[in-house]
Amino acid sequence: MLWGILALIALAAFFGLLLGLAAIVFKVESSPVVEQIDALLPQTQCGQCSFAGCRPYAEAIAAGEAPINLCPPGGEKTVQALADLLDVDVLPLEEDEVLEGPVVAVIIEDTCIGCTLCIQACPVDAIVGAAKQMHTVIESECTGCELCVAPCPVDCIEMIPVKKTISNWRWPEPQYDVNNEQAANIFTTIEKVLAESTHP
Amino acid sequence: MSVSQQLQGIWPFPGGIKLDGKKSLSCQTVINHAELPRELEIPLSQHIGHPAEAVVKVGDSVKKGQLIGHAKGFVSAPVHASSSGIVTAIEERLVPHPSGLPALCVIIDTDGYDHWYDCTALIAKNDAEHNGLNALSAEQITGKVAEAGIVGLGGALYPSAAKLQTARKKDSDTLIINAAECEPYITCDDALMRNRPEEIILGILLIKKVVGAERCLIGIEDNKPEAWQALLDTIQGYQRASHEHDKQSIEIIQVPTRYPAGGEKQLIQVLTGREVPSQGLPMDIGIICHNITTAAAVYQAVYRGEPLVSRIVTITGGAIKKPQNMEVAIGTSIREVLDQAGWHKERVDKIIMGGPMMGFALPSIDVPVTKATNCILVSEPGELPTPPPAMPCIRCARCADSCPMSLLPQQMYWYAKARELEKVQDYNIFDCIECGCCSYSCPSNIPLVQYFRYAKNEIWDDERERNKANLARERHEFRQERLEKAKKAKQEAARLRKEKLAKKKAEDKKNAAAAKDGGSKSDNKPASSHADLIAEAIARSKAKKAQQQALKKNTENLTEAQQKQVNEANERRKKS
Repeated sequence: MLWGILALIALAAFFGLLLGLAAIVFKVESSPVVEQIDALLPQTQCGQCSFAGCRPYAEAIAAGEAPINLCPPGGEKTVQALADLLDVDVLPLEEDEVLEGPVVAVIIEDTCIGCTLCIQACPVDAIVGAAKQMHTVIESECTGCELCVAPCPVDCIEMIPVKKTISNWRWPEPQYDVNNEQAANIFTTIEKVLAESTHP
Repeated sequence: MSVSQQLQGIWPFPGGIKLDGKKSLSCQTVINHAELPRELEIPLSQHIGHPAEAVVKVGDSVKKGQLIGHAKGFVSAPVHASSSGIVTAIEERLVPHPSGLPALCVIIDTDGYDHWYDCTALIAKNDAEHNGLNALSAEQITGKVAEAGIVGLGGALYPSAAKLQTARKKDSDTLIINAAECEPYITCDDALMRNRPEEIILGILLIKKVVGAERCLIGIEDNKPEAWQALLDTIQGYQRASHEHDKQSIEIIQVPTRYPAGGEKQLIQVLTGREVPSQGLPMDIGIICHNITTAAAVYQAVYRGEPLVSRIVTITGGAIKKPQNMEVAIGTSIREVLDQAGWHKERVDKIIMGGPMMGFALPSIDVPVTKATNCILVSEPGELPTPPPAMPCIRCARCADSCPMSLLPQQMYWYAKARELEKVQDYNIFDCIECGCCSYSCPSNIPLVQYFRYAKNEIWDDERERNKANLARERHEFRQERLEKAKKAKQEAARLRKEKLAKKKAEDKKNAAAAKDGGSKSDNKPASSHADLIAEAIARSKAKKAQQQALKKNTENLTEAQQKQVNEANERRKKS
């Protein structure tokens, strides 16, 4: 009787120790939720979400202080991804203006007075120049956040859409013909059947 | 070559479809030469990789074969003038591409002389027959291939020199020459093999030498017996002529006609039984594959010194009066080529570049023939019917049965449509060769290949966006860090200043106290010296004050009248 109890205690102590050790040795460095959210944001650092950048917004979402639909550059794709990650409902985007493809800032070099205000505003250091020297935007680094447009005292920064070329052209999504009545009928029938089967 | 040899190594690939070849339309005649057009429009990007960079200016006069755009980077190819004339513009023009977008082209006004630029051959043909290829080094040949702007003419358009160099490094043991030409309608390779078998074989020997492969297999579909015979005769003739030790082993193997037998991976499987690993390259299994037209281009570059300035194009289809193969200078407008072949304009339904399976409808016929243009297919109504509108997938799996890569198109379609890009990748979408077998066999007419192209593009786009976001994040974080550092440095400087000030104050206080004490304790030397200093300073400042006072006194030496005025003014001030 006593031996049995002792043996069980010894076993319990041993396995407890083992588990405790395993928890230390095989500790999983789980990526905190802020990191995961931040990874999904487009990193334009534009502040259109009213936060000071993508990371502060990610922190706010993680803390439950901000909804997931405040990021216009990310678009619906980002909202969808965030909804999937956080297991919440997809919300429509706050901004109703639809972005027409990516844009980049371009400095009109004749007008630039070299005030360095835009350089200070750029969140990703994509503008080069010095005081009283002409500035220019490194196109490949520009995220199109428009933060440099407002500070410019001579309005010499323009946002221009990235030019469509053969190298960045993409095959469009195939569209079902809307005039295809037969297919439309079948689709609606299928949807009906599915709806009926899921909601008896 | 015996029958047993011919039959060796036929390992059928999975899937595939039997198509009506329609090759007899265009393969009846000899190769015609297209007339030189008045204007050539030569795109600077006719290959995979970086576009070439123009090295000519507007107004320059160029000769045929002269370099007009040099290769930029390892995966790039130069571009040459395809006839003599004057460069009239370097501008964006419409090019044959499914997007219908323009690209940078060099426009040459031809002078009609067709004068060649000074092209030096590496080796004369007679030399090759007598001495073999020993005189040439692999580097020389690769250099010439790079110089000549040769790209994979089977349709991949990958710069051949880059491929050869990589293959050389990887020790490929087998060279496969793709002469299958499995797409319906197209007969340009067939015509080339029938008319210039010797050039092809010499070109193959050059490639073989560079790669260092032990054996070479030419795969040709069994619907081209004349071409097969022509090549076979040439190989045998060459083997008879060459010395025993110099015997070059080139085998030509007929493969069953089944689309897409000309797919690189399919042909490799049929000829060797080896399968290219998923998302891998033939080089991973010691094989390098080149197209037969590329081999002919290599011959021209090495033996004649001529860069790639023209190619054979099949002009065929129901709306063409005389379907034929034509040698066309690169940059010739497709409209002019069609005019020369003769076409029933009123009967035109579709104009396709490439074959009916993998080609694309041209956005315009005012686009140039490029290195990629193997066929211009002008169909009449009913010949290549537009598929009826797509119907829902019934999951019959015919697409999966016909897929030569053993993929599951129905699953990929499902996920591509729902934009579940990770799932699509789980089904190995990047192994899809876009041959079109699935779309062709789909009873619901679903444009499956389009979905896969779309999904691939979306995946690339997402990856690019992600990379860009990561870069932006990195830069932003670096900036934050820098600003933080600057702020800290500023604070630190302010703190140091404050500390210094406080120290000084404390010292002054101490000194003042010491000065007081100094009166009683004269032996305290430093304190007394401080006190002296202070006394001196006070004296100095007093002296200065006095001096200033002295300067201020401009009321001295006044005349009587002035004094009177001053007095009056003082009186007034007092009163008010």
